[in-house]
Amino acid sequence: MQEFETVIGLETHVQLKTRSKMFCACSTANGAEPNTRVCPVCLGYPGAMPVMNEEAVRLTVLTGLMLGSRISAYSRFDRKSYFYPDMPKNYQISQYDKPLCEGGAVDFDVGGEIRRIGIRRIHLEEDVAKNTHFKACSGVDFNRAGVPLMEIVTEPGLTSPEEAFEYLLALKRILLYAGVSDCNLEEGNIRCDVNCSVRPRGQSALGTKSEIKNLNTFKGVLNALRYELARQIEVLRSGGEIRQETRRWDVDTGVTSSMRTKEDEHDYRYFPEPDLMPVVLDAGLVEEWRCSLPEAPRKRRLRMVEQYGLPDYDAGVLAADREVADFFEKTAAMTANAKAVSNWIMTEMLRLLGETGRPVAALPLRPQDLAALIELVETGQVNAGTAKEIFAILFEKGGDPATIVKERGLVQVSDEQAIEDFVDRAMAGNPGSVQDYRKGKKAAAKFLVGQVMRLSSGKADPRVVNRILKEKLASE
Amino acid sequence: MLTSVETLTLHEAAGMMERGNLSSEELVRALVETIHSRDPRIDAYVGVDEDDALGQARAADEARKNGARGKLLGVPLAVKDVINVKGRPCTCASRILQGYVSPYDATVIARLRAAGAVFLGRTNMDEFAMGSTTENSALKITRNPVDTDRVPGGSSGGSAAAVADGEALAALGSDTGGSIRQPAAFCGCVGLKPSYGRVSRYGLTAFASSLDQIGPLTKDVRDAAIILSTIAGRDPMDSTSLDEPVPEYEQGLSGDLSGIKLGIPREYMVSGLDAEIERAVRGAAEACRNQGAEIMEVGLPHTEYAIATYYIIATAEASANLARFDGVRYGFRAPGAHDPIEMYGRTRAAGFGPEVKRRIILGTYVLSSGYYDAYYLSAQKVRTLIRRDFEEVFKECDALLAPCTPTPAYPIGDKVKDPLRMYLGDIFTVTANLAGICAMSVPCGATAAGQPIGLQILGPAFGEETVLRVGHAYYDCGRNPR
Repeated sequence: MQEFETVIGLETHVQLKTRSKMFCACSTANGAEPNTRVCPVCLGYPGAMPVMNEEAVRLTVLTGLMLGSRISAYSRFDRKSYFYPDMPKNYQISQYDKPLCEGGAVDFDVGGEIRRIGIRRIHLEEDVAKNTHFKACSGVDFNRAGVPLMEIVTEPGLTSPEEAFEYLLALKRILLYAGVSDCNLEEGNIRCDVNCSVRPRGQSALGTKSEIKNLNTFKGVLNALRYELARQIEVLRSGGEIRQETRRWDVDTGVTSSMRTKEDEHDYRYFPEPDLMPVVLDAGLVEEWRCSLPEAPRKRRLRMVEQYGLPDYDAGVLAADREVADFFEKTAAMTANAKAVSNWIMTEMLRLLGETGRPVAALPLRPQDLAALIELVETGQVNAGTAKEIFAILFEKGGDPATIVKERGLVQVSDEQAIEDFVDRAMAGNPGSVQDYRKGKKAAAKFLVGQVMRLSSGKADPRVVNRILKEKLASE
Repeated sequence: MLTSVETLTLHEAAGMMERGNLSSEELVRALVETIHSRDPRIDAYVGVDEDDALGQARAADEARKNGARGKLLGVPLAVKDVINVKGRPCTCASRILQGYVSPYDATVIARLRAAGAVFLGRTNMDEFAMGSTTENSALKITRNPVDTDRVPGGSSGGSAAAVADGEALAALGSDTGGSIRQPAAFCGCVGLKPSYGRVSRYGLTAFASSLDQIGPLTKDVRDAAIILSTIAGRDPMDSTSLDEPVPEYEQGLSGDLSGIKLGIPREYMVSGLDAEIERAVRGAAEACRNQGAEIMEVGLPHTEYAIATYYIIATAEASANLARFDGVRYGFRAPGAHDPIEMYGRTRAAGFGPEVKRRIILGTYVLSSGYYDAYYLSAQKVRTLIRRDFEEVFKECDALLAPCTPTPAYPIGDKVKDPLRMYLGDIFTVTANLAGICAMSVPCGATAAGQPIGLQILGPAFGEETVLRVGHAYYDCGRNPR
């Protein structure tokens, strides 16, 4: 591969988190019966007219602000014409030469190195319908038709499939952070068209590109690029020529194949959409939106390492989700032990979130409660095992840890007399183990500690138990 | 009781109903009878919804008994078959919409319905409003009631003929390049094209979105004012409708023209203009002067480019607007295709008439890669120049007087084989659509052969009050001198 270098550019279509479609009041919710989320507008009936969804514009501008784009004070919609059964009007309302956002960049890490890819433009358009098979016939389900899509176009500046993959992960984190999309890949929230070419190293002109359409997973992007670039290099090595063409990726066979060549490309005949007014954005409003933006996830990760002394790994995990990171920072502000907060979140909380599928915002668990729990552990009032139980209760129902400890009698027993009683009972009840220990089987002590913990219902302070048990085993 | 429904105006009928001398049901019955007896001669209607209209009329009469009032309560109207009325076909006089029944009311229909209007029937037109004669209808040819060997004009020929022949009190039409005003001139009735953005286009099957407007065809100017007040105004469903206040236009009909400055554009009084029409327009100007107006000659220097500009922009927009008629979701679908693309081809080949195809092809061409700048973009620039011409002129005068058409109505079949000659007949009307201003045609006499002549009154954008005031003073007052 060394004698060739790779140039990749991505067009990423992102479904925006709006309740209604781009140009009508129909719901964007998934899973409805076919052709039930439709109206004269999104079905392209005679006389129906589009009305712009202002929330979709706001979300697109927010994305542009997150990526450092220039926000166009004046932009407009255009008609992109081509015939296909999934197109209700046989033109798509999109943006051609006056997109909402231009410029910007996404930073991401590949193999420990920082990379930056330039963003060319971000524009807004409507999704098409879905050709589908019904019981007795083929047909079209128009529920998706008119759903708002934001298209983010990079510069042709990515140099490997791995970079493309990492870019997409970074982009997804940003989109989730800004709250502009659910980024649910299973539901087709993010779809990519990939442009790629190869050229002999050192050559300045770009090679002939091919475009791979409609990749709906990041892994798909990675694998399709790996295959396609290898194919292009193979063609060039064997003295062939790359044709400019559009290709499709077959997930099952793992190969790309030609859909159409440049000669068959549509002439989209773009012209300004006369049914919509130009989008004129007030500078004050854009500024207001800018102020509402969260910190970018990558910046936040770096700051969290700095500010809380966390390992980069921890900060990366926590910062990946805005709500989780918010929860961490609120909790860390109430305790001196940020690493303990990180541990609780990365192990127990993320596990339970994963199992229950609950959103952080809806949890009864509050930052001050986790901080209080950490305090109870640190002051030796509850042991680690009990703390996990309390955490589970907090996660499930919420409450004040100290009260839970009292109500459930979970306070740690550090009283030496009480623990001595438990130890005596454990030794009396298991003379065999005592003998084993004294004969040199040190592992028998572990069993006896377990018995003491059982007798104390898990409340005995394990450090005190260990000390007293060892004294008693040694003394006779 | 009704003695002569043929000559009855909307406001006269409204007055009779208000006084209890006439019920909506009686009025609808009388009109239906008139249609039955007269329409076979001219074929203005493509559908008369008798039972439904009688039901609406009875409901309006009932509402009146319960205290409801309003100028349009119980008033029957005809609707050009390009405007969606819920539960009714909307054929656009095309085969391709065969079987289509509209699932919704256009905004103008919803507003008229709320005001108590009754929808009597749907009128013939050129297919998708493309044409100037109503000969391009896939359903039938409409004849000019004044002389049935002649065209009624178009594309709103059915609406104009129905009103002129007394088969409707008033009708709705649509005007993209003169389609309300020209048939009004040919048939001898009043036709108003409102300013772009004055009336919602939601539910009007689009021909050229940046040019289309819905407007009334009526027997006098007062009726046009009454209908406009009801249908005008911002509509959230049409982003291009403007949030300008809607006056009670009828109240501005003062019947006097003192202080009004009227311009006559010299570019509209050129060779090629029928001499009788020129004489009639100059005579109308003289009449206005006698009513107190000041008359001046003005210039609209870019007029000669208007036809070319219009046919580039209108066809470009039409080529996209008509792409949706593909046989997938509604209307006609040609049988025998093996895949969707072939199905489109067959459906559109059999579903569209020759004039529609001609314009789709023209529009596709002017938007094509490599031609866009030379045609579409240039046309947009010239359009701006034409609009500026009017802005300049309206700094000097309040409204313009001009001929509506270069010739009176011509014989059926005369221009069918020569579309370019037909296009040139739009020379005086397309400018108002390109500039987005308002314009109205009112009758101003007839040729020696008896053909009606239309006087066009053009006003600035959202200057309907002035246009209606001038038209009312000239036509309504001239018709019934006090």
